[in-house]
Amino acid sequence: MKKHDDDRIKQLLQQSLPPVDPAAEPSRDLWPAVLGRLDAESVRSATAPGPLRQNWFDWALLAGLVVFAFSFPATIPVFLYYL
Amino acid sequence: MPARSEIERSDSVPEPSDSVLVRFRRGDLDAFESLFRLHQRSVYGWILRIVRDPAAAEDLTVETFWRIHRAHDRFESARPFEPWARRIATRAALDWLRARRPESELTDQDVADLPSKSAADPGIAAEIRLKTAQAFARLPPNLRIAAVLSLIEEQPHREVAAALGISVGAVKLRVSRAIRLLRKDLLKQGITP
Repeated sequence: MKKHDDDRIKQLLQQSLPPVDPAAEPSRDLWPAVLGRLDAESVRSATAPGPLRQNWFDWALLAGLVVFAFSFPATIPVFLYYL
Repeated sequence: MPARSEIERSDSVPEPSDSVLVRFRRGDLDAFESLFRLHQRSVYGWILRIVRDPAAAEDLTVETFWRIHRAHDRFESARPFEPWARRIATRAALDWLRARRPESELTDQDVADLPSKSAADPGIAAEIRLKTAQAFARLPPNLRIAAVLSLIEEQPHREVAAALGISVGAVKLRVSRAIRLLRKDLLKQGITP
């Protein structure tokens, strides 16, 4: 019974969303678009700021703040006031 | 209608020579273009089966080959290229399905516009076909991919599993869950499958 029900769903699906023609092809040559994408990416990576360095600096700053807060806990409310 | 084995034969692409694969792995753009020319049609066809939108399939083919180029140094040149490309294409298509709103503006025209192997059965009302297509579009993307490839496109479970990077058992489970959810959704709309 379950197999029959599953086959019915499959049939309904194939009627609603017919299988794609295996001979379907892109309407245009996609190579220029791939090349454009590669070029755009190389320009972006050349002009982007160094994420590693920025990341390292952020972490160092955060670590410094944590150490400072542990060393001088009384300054925390003052910091929060000025935030 | 051609037999499934004929379709599979017409889909298969001859593997490129080892030297092209080795040169591609080193980042050679000419070798990449050779691979692109050889596999463009099959990658496009695979993506079209999943996303069922020719314009989106073209964009995703470009996205797939861009990802392939980006990952060239991770490619193992001793392995066949096509399954690797198909896996990347499947992931790109899955990302697209996840980013898209479920059943967004799916109309009967969208369904009719798709280049298909056979015409719809006039015995099944257009409204039922549209509601089924919309219910299908509401399935979670990972279930939808497994179901579209296994049930509609009748791809072997082994190939679907390889493309999704999961086991054959997991593919069967996803297909079974997709059928269950679909039946529930159709019943809620008053359609008894």
